[in-house]
Amino acid sequence: MSEKGPENEPVENEPVETSDDRIGEGLMDSSSDADRVPEASRWHLALREITTGNALVAVLSVLLAMFFGSLMILFTDEDVRYGLSYFFARPSDTFYYGWEAISGAYVSLWRGAVFNDLGGTFTQQIKPITETLKFAAPLTLAGLGIGLTFRAGLFNIGGRGQMLLGGAAAAFVAVKLDLPMIVHLPLAILAGALVAALWGGIAGILKALTGAHEVIVTIMLNYVGYYLVFYALTRESLLQAPGSANPKSAPMPESAILPDLLGPQFNLHAGFLLAVLATFLVWWILNRSSLGYRFRAVGENPAAARAAGINVGVAYVSAFMISGALVGLAGVNQVLGSVTDGATSGLDAAIGFDAITVALLGRSRPFGILAAGVLFGAFKSGGFFMQASEGIPVDIVLVVQSLIVLFLAAPPLVKAIFRLPTKEA
Amino acid sequence: MRLALRDITKRFGSLVANDHISLTVEPGEIHCLLGENGAGKSTLMNVLYGLYQADEGEILIDDEPQRFKGPGDAMAAGIGMVHQHFMLIPVFTVAENVMLGHEATGFAGKLDLDAARKLVQEISERFGFQVDPDALVEDLPVGVQQRVEIIKALSRHAEVLVFDEPTAVLTPQETDELMAIMRQLKESGTGIVFITHKLREVREVADRITVIRRGTVVGEASPQASNAELAALMVGRPVELKVHKEPAQPGERALVISDLVVADEDGHVHVDGVSFHIDAGEILAVAGVQGNGQTELTEAMVGLAPHVEGSIKLDGREIVGRSVRKALEAGIGFIPEDRQVDGLVSNFTIAENLMLNRSYDKPFVSGGSLNLKKLDTFAKEKLAEYDVRAPGVSTLAGQLSGGNQQKVVVARELSRDLRLLVASQPTRGVDVGSIEFIHKQIVAARDSGVPVLVVSSELDEIAALADRIMVLYRGRVVGIVPADTSRDTLGLMMAGETPEGIES
Amino acid sequence: MSAVDLPVQADAQGVAERIPGLWKPPIVMGVFTILVALLVLVSPRDGDSTFRWSREGDWFAIPDVSLPANLIVWVAVLLCLLCTAYAAWRSYSRLKTPLVVVAAFALFAVSGFLAWAVAGKTLPVVGLLAGALALAVPLVFGALGGVLGERAGVVNIAIDGQLLFGAFGAAITASLTGSPWAGLVAAMVAGMLVALLLGLFAITYWVEQVIVGVVLNVLVIGFTSFMFSQVLSENAGTLNNPPHFPRLEIPLLSGVPVLGPIFFRQTILVYVMYAAVFLVAWALYRSKWGLRVRAVGEHPKAADTVGIDVIATRYRTVLLAGAIVGIGGATYTLVSVPSFGREMTGGAGYIALAAVIFGKWDPIKATLAALLFGFASNVESVLSVIGSPVPSQFMLMLPYVVTIFAVAGLVGHSRAPAADGVPYRKG
Repeated sequence: MSEKGPENEPVENEPVETSDDRIGEGLMDSSSDADRVPEASRWHLALREITTGNALVAVLSVLLAMFFGSLMILFTDEDVRYGLSYFFARPSDTFYYGWEAISGAYVSLWRGAVFNDLGGTFTQQIKPITETLKFAAPLTLAGLGIGLTFRAGLFNIGGRGQMLLGGAAAAFVAVKLDLPMIVHLPLAILAGALVAALWGGIAGILKALTGAHEVIVTIMLNYVGYYLVFYALTRESLLQAPGSANPKSAPMPESAILPDLLGPQFNLHAGFLLAVLATFLVWWILNRSSLGYRFRAVGENPAAARAAGINVGVAYVSAFMISGALVGLAGVNQVLGSVTDGATSGLDAAIGFDAITVALLGRSRPFGILAAGVLFGAFKSGGFFMQASEGIPVDIVLVVQSLIVLFLAAPPLVKAIFRLPTKEA
Repeated sequence: MRLALRDITKRFGSLVANDHISLTVEPGEIHCLLGENGAGKSTLMNVLYGLYQADEGEILIDDEPQRFKGPGDAMAAGIGMVHQHFMLIPVFTVAENVMLGHEATGFAGKLDLDAARKLVQEISERFGFQVDPDALVEDLPVGVQQRVEIIKALSRHAEVLVFDEPTAVLTPQETDELMAIMRQLKESGTGIVFITHKLREVREVADRITVIRRGTVVGEASPQASNAELAALMVGRPVELKVHKEPAQPGERALVISDLVVADEDGHVHVDGVSFHIDAGEILAVAGVQGNGQTELTEAMVGLAPHVEGSIKLDGREIVGRSVRKALEAGIGFIPEDRQVDGLVSNFTIAENLMLNRSYDKPFVSGGSLNLKKLDTFAKEKLAEYDVRAPGVSTLAGQLSGGNQQKVVVARELSRDLRLLVASQPTRGVDVGSIEFIHKQIVAARDSGVPVLVVSSELDEIAALADRIMVLYRGRVVGIVPADTSRDTLGLMMAGETPEGIES
Repeated sequence: MSAVDLPVQADAQGVAERIPGLWKPPIVMGVFTILVALLVLVSPRDGDSTFRWSREGDWFAIPDVSLPANLIVWVAVLLCLLCTAYAAWRSYSRLKTPLVVVAAFALFAVSGFLAWAVAGKTLPVVGLLAGALALAVPLVFGALGGVLGERAGVVNIAIDGQLLFGAFGAAITASLTGSPWAGLVAAMVAGMLVALLLGLFAITYWVEQVIVGVVLNVLVIGFTSFMFSQVLSENAGTLNNPPHFPRLEIPLLSGVPVLGPIFFRQTILVYVMYAAVFLVAWALYRSKWGLRVRAVGEHPKAADTVGIDVIATRYRTVLLAGAIVGIGGATYTLVSVPSFGREMTGGAGYIALAAVIFGKWDPIKATLAALLFGFASNVESVLSVIGSPVPSQFMLMLPYVVTIFAVAGLVGHSRAPAADGVPYRKG
């Protein structure tokens, strides 16, 4: 996906593609004797794909990104810099401090993300993995939304705005209404999804009607959404907590909070369940539904889709609305699950942008996105732990995350770095 | 300047596009390179022009071996190229296009546009072109754009000029003028390589003919050789130049188009008051040089055009104003002119492509969910029926050859209950074997009582398929004439003239 | 392109009516006129609005203008109506509305709005405009860089990252060396580093350029925030305490009333900006270099076939653009604020990107758009200081909303360079 333009821009007059000497021509020329490429060779290709192709590149990209992360830790560690000051007198100190810094960082990353062997009780020991899943939920939900638009050939850079609007709408329903949980929670979730869907739909409608580029529109809508929510948070009639001077809503009532999955000693809440369900749903939409078929057709070749009677505009709008709803659920997950003491204008926690990297790492495939969401959730959970225990700022996770995506998008670069064989042109 | 290619070999992966090809061009000689679509002509010329690097072999100029790292080197060595897809920048003026890459400059790199204007005027006068140096290229007719390409090459003192399929976009008259220009260039000592697959043109100007097939030189031919001989050499077997078809049995009036006006997003009118009709079981072929409204006419017929006025009645029901989906559901089959752009989703499998126009309802969709089993069975049937050479129905369409891709499109469009077939350039860029097959399918559709509209810029195809011929020029109907109208008459009509005895 | 291009005027009436957007200007103007009129109808204001024109140091002082707010608004509405009527008449005669009329309309509408908003108070016009210019400086540099990149066919969403990294580089280098000039150079280098990454992935490895840009922004935010927490905050005195460029008054010119304080009492970076805008515009349209850059952005293969190295041209242009954006980044830490802070650009790069598109990929127009956006945000801050009836969030939203309208084609048709965002793959 990452190498495909959103609109299938007319491939420039590339000799390979459009001159009459198409290279593929000879491959299965009708008058050729060796007409059919035997199926066996496809297996061969598949095998080669694994060794030279994506799977390996993905692993190497992660390693490479973590290597750069290590360098950053290394060169900013105070002990290491201290050791460097007398490096030539006693170089072993520098290496010792360096090893300490990096191993310390990765051990605490592991302890914060998967299993904390220092925890006194079993609960404390396994708490990190549940934290990882908690962080994975909004990343996955938003990643699914953005991945879905990728498949329809669209860029949804508007995750931030959609999360904010979705979260704010859910918060509004949560704090303004007083209902039994069985109605209140679903209603709040639905409100969040619906408002975010409508907000996302704006980009789709503008693209369908006027051809406005959705990248620009969604970026701009992020800011418009941010200021709208900010405004709502300063009005008591809308969201601001009564009697408060802060732009913040009242805490969520019990009846609208996503229930804990593993009891009160863990923070993991039903938002993760929502994410897993959404993964299955998006898989079905993309691979088994006619709507998803049309999304993919429009994404791969909008001109052909249009000529075959598919309403491209409707596809754009519906893709953006479903996407907005999913991203909005990420916002709902934050407000009603992870941070329930009140909605703020920072409720998106930059997940809207992180989700783009999640969708890319997951190659816009639903289960790939779930896996990527869990991986980045682990980074996040571990990153916070690392910050607390080792004093390494959690921002390093952003660096590693973005490097992973960059490397992943440029397999030839990764192969060149590791001197792997590249596939024939 | 004597140009020689010696044993040029160019591979793309496992495919050998050029296999030890040799040829020479003497000064003042027109050397024709004849071959089918996909024979390797353009690859060879791209090697010569430095766009590709040859894997083996060498290029010699006056017996000196050359190494071209890019087009700049080739140009410096005196090779100029008139590309099939013009290498002109639409939003630049003629002068800017001509000067690009060897700009005359003043202080601080300031462009000297006056020098460029003078250059354009000087070369124009030498060859009697009428080209305004300050016109934007995008505003110029195609024929004039081609002259800008020629001026561009000559302004760099090219001594060998390569013309890559130059006549595809020209009227027969413009083609004649181009031939005259070629002869004039030849007189002045320029060597010319003329790449084409059109036999008539080859025989008209060539001094020598080299035929290539599947990346290798299969022989030289003399300009005196007959069409049939040349075609057989080019294709590798005797070719039926005509499709056998019974005379049409026109039924009742199926399609009636009246006063059709089609404009694009920018308000330009492409089809300007066109009226005609097609009877059931009849093929109406639309002739005309590309860009005279044919594309827009077909697009209007399937609901793709943005601004349509007038009426298109199919079986008495109005099509204008309907969505594409509704038009297709009314029974229109549509083979678009560019399968890569409008016909196929190249990253979809053959099976997925076969349901592209039926993604809303039965047979492949029920309750919003795909019926993959039914699709698979259907696709397997069609693969066999339409002789699509592919490993299986899950092969990606993009991996097929042009001919097989087109067969997938034809299979998809003909496998519904049709009330009208609109086929635009149905065999463009397709090998001869597939051309014959596709033509037979179209005639078979006609014989089953479907009215057919065929648009083609190849007069051979028009002649092969038409029951009646309609000629379009600048968005208007020049005339509707019988299928046996002579080529010369059609040529005049394509240039907008109405010959005696033809009512428009 | 090769379509039958029948001249519009010569054709039947029905054809000419299809000119897209012909009636857009009067309609949009009409809507805005009604909005301004609604201000006084729905919420009429008491008191006079005072506009202050002079500042200390002017050759002579222009007196303050003080008139009843409602009167000014009604006059503004009247003038707006006149403009709208003229635009409607032009459209009726199938002519385009001249840009001057649109500009005049905008001036009247904005004046009307301001008069309404500051009723009973004093609006320092010169301060408002001078502040707008200062706020627009990073936007202008960002937009210039964006225009250059896109003209060469590389979409640059990473303007924000370049600004942020430029600010970061400038802060550290200027702090260490004690020279703002060294900081400026460092900012340019920092901008070029981000540009190099953009080029590497977008030009060499054909990665979708929107993705590269977005991810590079995240990368720069992550990196600078990491460094800020890990290194800068502990050593703020030595690493994050940059000396600043002083305000530089141009002799004579700075004394011209109104214009002087706005344009000629600024820092050196503003004067660099004037030069940069002029140079980029001249070079892009008048020089050999510009012809080649545009060729590469419109039709790279055509450029290649006349011997222009497409890849190298794109790299060079993107790097130059990066350096220009870097200067914009330097304005944060060497002019505007005392020291570097996390995510201190606050998404200004995205506004610059909006200016590129709003300015139709033209350096001058993009600069004007950036100035307009700077104006909008300064109106917000000035109004919030003197107290205004409009919630500040809606003022802050304005540039983004305007951009959405612009890309939706309500402001006019724009055409991006043909090969914008399309990587060049050589056969």
